[in-house]
Amino acid sequence: MSDQTTTRDRIFGLFGLVIVVFYALFPVMWIVSLSLKTPATVTVKEGEGFFDILIPTDATTKNYTALFEGGLDGPFLRPLINSLGIALIATVIAIVLASFCAYAIARLDFPGKTAVLAGALAIAMFPPISTVGPLFDMWRTLGLYDTWLGLIIPYLSFSLPLAIYTLVAFFREIPWDLEQAAQVDGATPMQAFRKVIVPLATPGMFTAAILVFIFAWNDFLFAISLTSSDASRTVPAALAFFTGDSQFTQPFGNIAAAAVIVTVPIILFVLIFQRRIVAGLTAGAVKG
Amino acid sequence: MEAASVPKKKTSDRTKSEHKLAWMLCAPAVIAMLLVTAYPILYAFVLSLQRVDLRFPDEGGFVGLGNYVDVLTSSLWWQDVANTLGLTVVSVSIEFVLGMGIALLMHRAIFGRGTIRTSVLIPYGIVTVVAAFSWQFAFQPDTGFVNQLPFVADDMDWFGERFSAFAVITMAEVWKTTPFIALLLLAGLTTIDDGLYEAARVDGANAIQRFYRITLPLMKPAILVALLFRTLDAFRVFDSIFIMTRGSVDTESVSILGYNQLISRLNLGLGSAVSVLIFIAVLGIAFLFVKGFGTAVPGREED
Repeated sequence: MSDQTTTRDRIFGLFGLVIVVFYALFPVMWIVSLSLKTPATVTVKEGEGFFDILIPTDATTKNYTALFEGGLDGPFLRPLINSLGIALIATVIAIVLASFCAYAIARLDFPGKTAVLAGALAIAMFPPISTVGPLFDMWRTLGLYDTWLGLIIPYLSFSLPLAIYTLVAFFREIPWDLEQAAQVDGATPMQAFRKVIVPLATPGMFTAAILVFIFAWNDFLFAISLTSSDASRTVPAALAFFTGDSQFTQPFGNIAAAAVIVTVPIILFVLIFQRRIVAGLTAGAVKG
Repeated sequence: MEAASVPKKKTSDRTKSEHKLAWMLCAPAVIAMLLVTAYPILYAFVLSLQRVDLRFPDEGGFVGLGNYVDVLTSSLWWQDVANTLGLTVVSVSIEFVLGMGIALLMHRAIFGRGTIRTSVLIPYGIVTVVAAFSWQFAFQPDTGFVNQLPFVADDMDWFGERFSAFAVITMAEVWKTTPFIALLLLAGLTTIDDGLYEAARVDGANAIQRFYRITLPLMKPAILVALLFRTLDAFRVFDSIFIMTRGSVDTESVSILGYNQLISRLNLGLGSAVSVLIFIAVLGIAFLFVKGFGTAVPGREED
């Protein structure tokens, strides 16, 4: 914007910055604080004030170690592996399929192009609950109920629209003529593709991959509807079924610790790739 | 250019092979999308016309629209519709105002632009279930700090009553999804030519006039897309309610109702009727946006 910035603008900007950072980070700090509390201090005592509750007095890592006790038979390691495996596989397949489709939409002219885009948009708006019942029934018949594949399929399908829109927006920006230019300069078609097109397309594919991964990592509805055991239950679903010492108390500390662990990769993604994530999220949304 | 000198037949062969290639490239993605949406919704429709209760597998049979009559005459369904619509309208309105504020802030930010962007992405990226737990533990009297704040009763039971429970659920939804709206609106803001503001300023328009006369009208497409996506997203609210109340104290949403019928009670017939009705409601909302406000299909090539 303008070059001259007044002191008022600066104060206003700083104020806004502090508020936004606080807004975004406060619930995260709160759950970190909870995860460090001992069972004795996690519940509120008579006379404890605001800050006594916010800041753990006797920080412990017990909640974290307890999650991994018992290894694969423990409460958390299996769901964590399931979450990672399912989200990664769904992401890879979705990006491969979406790349083919986005390439065709961005580069080729064919009847039905608008139909594919409109259809993808319709699916982006589709209410997942409407497919849960039929998928539940179909997966039980096909033996996909409570398996990795049973979750990978809905995740990749429901994230395809987002991936296709993101990739189409990126692919349209690629100067495809460079491919021919490289061939004129003596590169084989394969070399031209590998050395020119792939490096240009990678950032977009990477962005789409992050968005798909976040989608799959976040899902809860399919995860609790299409699984019944630790064989395929992901972390969000496992969290909802965590049990404490008695049936009536929630294991607050353990839930908080697990919550922190699944939040870490997301925060890392966001810190490292914020520019790309923003570009991907808003791709295509402003052209309408 | 060259095409003029090439016989017509050859061009059409080439076009044809291009079409074929394009469809071969699109087919896997299209099939994957249809497999998990179009086929299941048809299947849900078929199920919704039958009595299918997995607890009583022997009692089946065609019941016509019986399940729909059951759903549409139950007060629970209408209460859940009212809950869902209320939550949608309230949360999307707050998100829009807040999101616009954050978008303007990001747009005008002199420093810390990257920091703000990173910060707003954290709520977007966080697992909804995790955020719901965080808010639940913050408000719950036995673990939370909210009741120690000034003006809040120490023994306030937020999840014991409908209105306060909805207040917390709305807050969790607003916190999580405002960033998404802010980013979409920011993208719209950046497309506005700064010269327009200069011209308006020269003509004596104040900041409020500039906002209502320039910013809002020019951002209309971005605003409608953001609102459309968020409205449909809010309408299928499930995770936060499931974690915080499981639908108790009359806080059930239509998605929770569908889940309860389908997965908890294994009544696939009745549950499928709910599913189909939710699908129709979503279609209706999308139709209203597209026809009523003239939202174009985003991402379509500029004409």
